[in-house]
Amino acid sequence: MGTIPSTEDKARKKYIGAIRRVRLVRNLTLIIPATIMALMVICAIFADLSWMGMPNGGLAPHNPTKQVVKDRYLPPAFMEGGKSQYLLGTDKLGRDILSRVIHGARVSLSVSLLAIFITAAVGTVLGILSGYVGGRIDALLMRIVDMALSFPGLLLAMLLAVAIGPGFWTVVFALSVLGWAGYARMIRGEALRIRESDFVAQARVNGASPLRIMFRHIFPNVVNSLIVIMTLQVGMMILAESALSYLGIGITAPTPSWGSMVSDGRSELDRAWWISTFPGICIGLVVLSGNFLGDWIRDKLDPRLRQV
Amino acid sequence: MNGKTDEILLEVQDLKMYFPILRGLLRRRVGDIKAVDGVSFFVRRRETLGLVGESGCGKTTVGRCVLRLYQPTAGTIKFNGTDITKIPEGKLKPIRREIGAIFQDPFSSLNPRQTAGSIVADPLRVHNLASGRDLDERVAQLFRMVGLDPRMADRVPHEFSGGQRQRIGIARALASQPSFVICDEPISALDVSIQAQIINLLEELQEKLGLTYLFIAHDLAVVQHISNRIAVMYLGRIVEITSSDELYDNPLHPYTKALLSAVPVPDPKVEKTRRRIILKGEVPSPATPPPGCHFHPRCEIATGECTEHVPPLRDVGGGHYVACFKA
Repeated sequence: MGTIPSTEDKARKKYIGAIRRVRLVRNLTLIIPATIMALMVICAIFADLSWMGMPNGGLAPHNPTKQVVKDRYLPPAFMEGGKSQYLLGTDKLGRDILSRVIHGARVSLSVSLLAIFITAAVGTVLGILSGYVGGRIDALLMRIVDMALSFPGLLLAMLLAVAIGPGFWTVVFALSVLGWAGYARMIRGEALRIRESDFVAQARVNGASPLRIMFRHIFPNVVNSLIVIMTLQVGMMILAESALSYLGIGITAPTPSWGSMVSDGRSELDRAWWISTFPGICIGLVVLSGNFLGDWIRDKLDPRLRQV
Repeated sequence: MNGKTDEILLEVQDLKMYFPILRGLLRRRVGDIKAVDGVSFFVRRRETLGLVGESGCGKTTVGRCVLRLYQPTAGTIKFNGTDITKIPEGKLKPIRREIGAIFQDPFSSLNPRQTAGSIVADPLRVHNLASGRDLDERVAQLFRMVGLDPRMADRVPHEFSGGQRQRIGIARALASQPSFVICDEPISALDVSIQAQIINLLEELQEKLGLTYLFIAHDLAVVQHISNRIAVMYLGRIVEITSSDELYDNPLHPYTKALLSAVPVPDPKVEKTRRRIILKGEVPSPATPPPGCHFHPRCEIATGECTEHVPPLRDVGGGHYVACFKA
């Protein structure tokens, strides 16, 4: 046995190195989005600590709605003319952009999570009902789903916002009112497949009621798919919320929301680009992270859903 | 043998199960798959009736009709004297408690999201037979009865082997203490070494609990071993019913003869010289079965009569029934 590394050893080392690099890249597509998401969630929860009875603590350095007239249109701290206490600069009313972005995470995340849970709950119940019971109920529900899916979602949301008046709950409602249809269609397909399996036949032979079969046998078997669609929806919902706020029919001023911040800075893009850009970057990052995480969870839980 | 042995537990009369063939945009009914086309038989209490036939002959459909997983097109199914085909689904619960089922595929017949213990406990919960500690006790008892360690109750199905899964299925089928169990090919998905174990377990449980079995299978040797009587099906109809010994010693229907001649004999000398009946052609489609006797296009002894009339299942003595004009 010689001590000099043979060419074979070298080849093997090269091969292992290549595998390590591939793994690292693959892991980075999980680690980076997960970190961003976690950061956003932390921002949303700890933006301020008034809910813990500490009005002066929190991650946001300033009050997001406090206006300081002498500090209007300040550029970010790293630019000439910027002040160190306003890391990302200020807007036309002298409000701190960083603080508003941090608080905006709270609005965006809570609106989209609420909407996702509502749509998922409604869609799952109707989907399982449709798939398991079948017949006329199925035909009726699926036609309603067809209508909901063919309706321009943003248009309906705008209509609703105008009719009810903008606000937090209006946005949640507007995002939920059509969103359930996608879940219902997906879950119906799953329920149809599971309905034909032997363990459901066994449950019927045992005398289990339809309600029991749907709850104990069908629902636990659609949970995987459900989680996958829900995570993939995070990005879409944040985007939709931002769109509504951008159009001025979402979250109302002075509550900071990413969409409305982008909208605020739109007319001043040439002289104060930072007002729109930072919330815009946040929207982009969160949507992208949401999609990456969703893809990852889908691959882990339910690779059959690749086409969704 | 006590007096109860002769009592008839299940009586099926002229059972028909047609599945519609739907075509086109309007889902027009263009024909029927006659999966079961006039089947009659009975099962006595505490006996095992074997139901054999090749794939697609309708034996599983018969089982599923008796389980009321299908609503039969026509005919009556009397269980303990009451016709269960007319009872609405909602009022079927007391009957369901009395009839258990074991299915072929031990993988798809267990909910992958339930623990083994919860699967076995399901019938007990549905029929409110036990709860709390009582339920756990009862489940452990069922586990031991089918030869499983009760400590495995917390595991999920994919942690078990095929044979173990089938044991879980058997425990579930027996949980509500049924008197009648339909075994739909309970061993055909298992390894040969495990098959014998499951067969022995089924026989042992029958002895201990006084069960009645309808045993559906295509493995003739297994069916002969476990059954008291055997019914042979061909294309939706029963062609012969008799005791299992009589069927092997004295088969009368030409289809039964052909079927039996396909079973290899574990003796090279006999195997070399014995006459094998090779059937010509394919099994016709159950959507367009031949007129008269379903078997006549492939039968060696068929005559004109067979092509025109359906041979009735007639008693040739000693409880041997055969549906053939020539036998």
